Amino acid sequence: MKQGAAMRMRLRGMIRKESLQVLRDPSSIAIAFVMPLVLLLLFGYGVSLDARYVRIALVVEQADANTAGFTGAFAHSDYFVPQLYNNIQQAEQALMEHRVDGIVWLRNDFSARLLTGGAAPIGVFVNGVDANQSRITKGYIQGVWQVWLAGYAREQGQEPAEPVALEPRVWFNAALRSRDFLVPGLIAVIMTLTGAMLTSMVVAREWERGTMEALMVTPIRIWEITLGKLLPYFVLGMGGMLLSVAMALWLFEVPLRGSFWLLAGSSALFMLVALGMGLLISTVARSQFVAGQIALVATFLPAFILSGFIFQIGSMPEPVRVITHIVPARYFVAILQTLFMAGDIWPVIAANSAALFVMMLLFLGLVRRKARKRLD
Amino acid sequence: MKQALRRILALAVKELLAVLKDRKSRIILVVPPLLQLFVFGYAASFDLNDIPVAIYNEDRGAASRELVARIVGSPHFHLHSHLDQDGQVAALIDTREVLIVLHLGERFSSALYSGDTAPVQVIIDGRNSNTALLVQGYLRDIVTEFNLQWSRRNGRPPPLAMLQVRPWFNSNLVSRWFIVPGIVGLLALVVTTIVTALSVAREREAGTFDQLLVTPMRPVEILIGKSFPGLLIGLLQGSFILLMAVYWFEVPFRGSLGGLYIGMILFILSAVGIGLMISSLAVTQQQGMLGAFLFLVPAVILSGFATPIANMPEAVQWLTCINPLRYFLVILRGVFLEGSSSAILLPYYWPMGVIALVTLSLAGWMFRHRMN
Amino acid sequence: MHAEMAPLPALAIDGVSKCFVAGDKRITALSETSLQVQAGKISGLIGPDGAGKTTLMRLTAGLLLPDSGQIRVLGVDAVSDPLQVQSAVGYMPQRFGLYEDLSVQENLDLYADLQGVPKAERPARYRELMQMTALAPFTRRLAGRLSGGMKQKLGLACTLVRTPRLLLLDEPTVGVDPVSRRELWAIITRLVRQQGVSVLLSTAYLNEAERCDDVILMQEGRMLGHDSPKSYSESMRGRTFHISSSALARRSLQNRVSALQGIIDAVIENEKVRVVTSRAEMPAIASAVPEATDIRIEPAEPVFEDAFVARLKSTAAVTGAWLPPGHVVAAAAGPVIQVTDVQRRFGDFYAVRDVSFSVQRGEVFGLLGANGAGKSTTFRMLCGLLPASAGELRVAGRDLRRAAADARSRLGYMAQHFSLYVNLTVLENLNFFARAYGLDRSRRKRRIAWALEAFELADHAGIDSGDLSLGYKQRLAMAAALLHEPDILFLDEPTSGVDPLARREFWQRINALAESGVTVLVTTHFMDEADYCDRLLIMAEGEVLAQGTPAEMKAHFRSEALPAPTMEDAFIGLIERHAQNKGVAA
Repeated sequence: MKQGAAMRMRLRGMIRKESLQVLRDPSSIAIAFVMPLVLLLLFGYGVSLDARYVRIALVVEQADANTAGFTGAFAHSDYFVPQLYNNIQQAEQALMEHRVDGIVWLRNDFSARLLTGGAAPIGVFVNGVDANQSRITKGYIQGVWQVWLAGYAREQGQEPAEPVALEPRVWFNAALRSRDFLVPGLIAVIMTLTGAMLTSMVVAREWERGTMEALMVTPIRIWEITLGKLLPYFVLGMGGMLLSVAMALWLFEVPLRGSFWLLAGSSALFMLVALGMGLLISTVARSQFVAGQIALVATFLPAFILSGFIFQIGSMPEPVRVITHIVPARYFVAILQTLFMAGDIWPVIAANSAALFVMMLLFLGLVRRKARKRLD
Repeated sequence: MKQALRRILALAVKELLAVLKDRKSRIILVVPPLLQLFVFGYAASFDLNDIPVAIYNEDRGAASRELVARIVGSPHFHLHSHLDQDGQVAALIDTREVLIVLHLGERFSSALYSGDTAPVQVIIDGRNSNTALLVQGYLRDIVTEFNLQWSRRNGRPPPLAMLQVRPWFNSNLVSRWFIVPGIVGLLALVVTTIVTALSVAREREAGTFDQLLVTPMRPVEILIGKSFPGLLIGLLQGSFILLMAVYWFEVPFRGSLGGLYIGMILFILSAVGIGLMISSLAVTQQQGMLGAFLFLVPAVILSGFATPIANMPEAVQWLTCINPLRYFLVILRGVFLEGSSSAILLPYYWPMGVIALVTLSLAGWMFRHRMN
Repeated sequence: MHAEMAPLPALAIDGVSKCFVAGDKRITALSETSLQVQAGKISGLIGPDGAGKTTLMRLTAGLLLPDSGQIRVLGVDAVSDPLQVQSAVGYMPQRFGLYEDLSVQENLDLYADLQGVPKAERPARYRELMQMTALAPFTRRLAGRLSGGMKQKLGLACTLVRTPRLLLLDEPTVGVDPVSRRELWAIITRLVRQQGVSVLLSTAYLNEAERCDDVILMQEGRMLGHDSPKSYSESMRGRTFHISSSALARRSLQNRVSALQGIIDAVIENEKVRVVTSRAEMPAIASAVPEATDIRIEPAEPVFEDAFVARLKSTAAVTGAWLPPGHVVAAAAGPVIQVTDVQRRFGDFYAVRDVSFSVQRGEVFGLLGANGAGKSTTFRMLCGLLPASAGELRVAGRDLRRAAADARSRLGYMAQHFSLYVNLTVLENLNFFARAYGLDRSRRKRRIAWALEAFELADHAGIDSGDLSLGYKQRLAMAAALLHEPDILFLDEPTSGVDPLARREFWQRINALAESGVTVLVTTHFMDEADYCDRLLIMAEGEVLAQGTPAEMKAHFRSEALPAPTMEDAFIGLIERHAQNKGVAA
């Protein structure tokens, strides 16, 4: 028989075997479909940065029409659940006991100073423990204050006194829904884990069950084993990817402004990177337990923290910023957030895809170098 | 009774030896937590520094230059470039070269001097909505400060009412002060759960479990012996990270150490209970690992570690009530930053106590049940 | 083949060495080994643990690189051209990796694809293989749901899907019951005789050596001999004897004889004790055993095993006074183990059905059966690891249902696979088990000192038990099981995978224990070990097939064709008769 025909036969045999195993063994299906489903649901609903219903204590020491106008502005805001107090001690106690997240304090001379035009002070205390949330809360309070101030001045027939006013225009996500950027990022994080888990576990399984030794003494070449494993799990991984994208579009209602085919293409590229990473792990670890551990630690955590999915890479310390360059999810997060929210912006997609391509070559090349048909 | 105690002690010592003597498991106990501590401590921060900003200033006046200098001079921002036409904006934002573009129109200075309001257009990349929100906050602070000084210098009336914002407990709003104390709880939970969840499965796999069962040890004794290493290692690791938080990351520690440790012991006991429940079900280490993972991921996400529980849907918020980490995080941050005393933390102690009691007794029941 | 051409050896190994580095230790698996395997023959590779058998196989298959030396397989260099070697040899590793989630047919298809068997040739080949292995009715069954023996046969079939010119088999019969073992051998023999395949196989069963054409004897990475089994045994002529005496039980006799000077080996064989001496002369034992008045000594036909033992072992006796003086288990009133109508169901499936037997104090009681016969289940129930669905189990006079913990404190247990803590040292293991059995401080000290000395573990006390050799592991496991001086000892296939020398030593210890009154319950796949038992219980499909002494069992199968049936003959006969009866009933 000719070389080529024998090779095709071996490859077909491997692929058929892997596919049958995928169908029989629920664990790879679970990794490819159930894990993304559960994680996406969990993160999609559990992780939100939109501060809503901030419990705020409004301390009004002397109530009158002016204070009523001010507190009314809070009551009308979507972001606040105001609670009225008439002395600051009670409000401070509430803040200490976590019953409120912040205090807005109108002292008894508030109206008097307002009328005499003398910069009436409004005390604002927020619980600063969660710095991010307190910043957002502070921003909301400032927003309410500005709206109220402009309205009050108009009522009094005065010109707004502000010398400089900011006119923010937020592109791509005018409503500032955190889900719109979290969900595409999550897909990148989850797919990193899924891809790496799929291949690392299945090769380790062959070692553990002793099938690798029997496989190795057949005339099969090492790259045929690799390819035979890569293809079925690529299909499986892309299935999981499709499921995640569908959930993003229809369950979490994230807009997709870029083209679907570009999304599919870059996803395929990324899936190869993730699978390659798994294969690399499996050449090191020969038990499923160890392989699973490494896949978890080496992919999930970096993808979560260092990919820019939630924490801005540019704001990290220099050494950490350097490390993020070897986290493949970083590039995919950039592609996904751009494709979903901004559209087909070629410079972003091309640069990041090129980086992914290099990573793919790197991982598969390392696998090629590391994997040998030898036991020692 | 004395014999039972001797047997339990023997098992506890053996368990500890088994975990600590293995080089691999020693490494697993030390390296990933350290790595996570540093990655979280340094990288997991919402604070923004060096945000690339492009300035499109059509105004030639000194006022606009002053405002721009204030913005660019702040540590939060970093000047990327000056633009000279409108068409350049889109490309810079699209490609993520800059996060914001500030546009000051031709009439900026003249409006300012004539007592009108001078607008500054801010174009923000909203792909990360949280960042977009925070950037606006930073800018607003700078502009408010600028406005105050401008009014004072040029005799314009001040705004009728002024906000005087004072964050409590964390006056500079440093994210790290929020994240690092949380890591104490996070890592203690992970290590305790994994150590206990795998302890029985490891013996089942190695075949040593039968050998253990044919000794006169009763199931309850085995269970108690097995809970020791998790408890001890969890406490040790928690204490180590506590020290790192105070001395390396320099997070202020304002409350009572005793109050913190009451919480930590209750917390780790509930983690041990959960770990043992997983242990009694898992036949292989892989199943144990999977079980631990299935518990840990939601437990961490739904704890308020990175994102607040208050932002979650109501049903999910109810679910968090059975999560021990949720309570311990409040205790940690309370003791670290708010200076909480154990009295004020009482509402967070007792739910963990209940969880510990329920999980430990359930584990005992499941263990005995499975033996027969 | 042309007569004038010297036939090319199937395998030529020349000056091959191979070391492994484990941690900071360097283990020499093979040192400067040279050997040739003749084409068209079965060559057996035999030697104790750590002899280098598996390493040799893997080197031959091109899976390992030698540190030095040359390996030529069928004339091809295995170092430079492993792929070509791999397309000409068939290799069945010790644990053949069947894909358990694929069916029998799918496994065969996979290996046919990998081996490049043309589609057209497959149906005929499959038919042949299925007939050979008797797996034809099970082609659609998942490999994971086959019995141990069937898995082994399927592994062989997968290896043979393209007839290899050289077949490498690494312990193909380990852990396989005697019936399946016999079938595997029939397949291998036929391959060699009919198709001219060369076979190199390693085995731990010494009686299998006799079926090989050539035997390569190895120890610690060196070759000790390479000859036909016949020449090995012939070299022992005049040094083997049968000793018997009606006045002394065979076990006592064996115990006494083995301690004598000049005796290398003494084992029980049928009703006699088989002895190998260091020189070719009649042993002078009458004076050493005065109470055996009618002692009879007659020459015995030498077998391969005698040569094996003689070459690898210098002395027969376990050194030192092994049991502490005065160690005698008090006499018991009734039977020590009493099993009455015990059943165990898993769902609808009866793993054990209506089993009854009893064991007296000081008896060695054997539990035998094919894989899946229910002996492990019975065993686990007796140890209190598994509750019975029905019936009564009494151990040391206690009902296991009510006083399990109490009963457990009276018994010692040795599991099938080494089941102590591998990352604890020998001493830490002993310490733990002493405490787990509630020994107080002074007794603990005394017993651990005894264990270290009696099992010659003192030099290894600080070594992690996982790093011990298999023989030492087994000693440690036994020491741990004996720390609390149990009245009853449960041994679950204690010698599976252990080399023949360690097995001998082990049984000597068991015999001494039984002599002192300890009751021993043991399961085994080795039929010669079944012979060592006082009484046996043979099970199949959860039921008792036969119960009695080894002599009684064998007597059932004595015929003209088979004047001296062995235990293996008796066992296989019982299983076959059972299968026939089932067939008739169905």
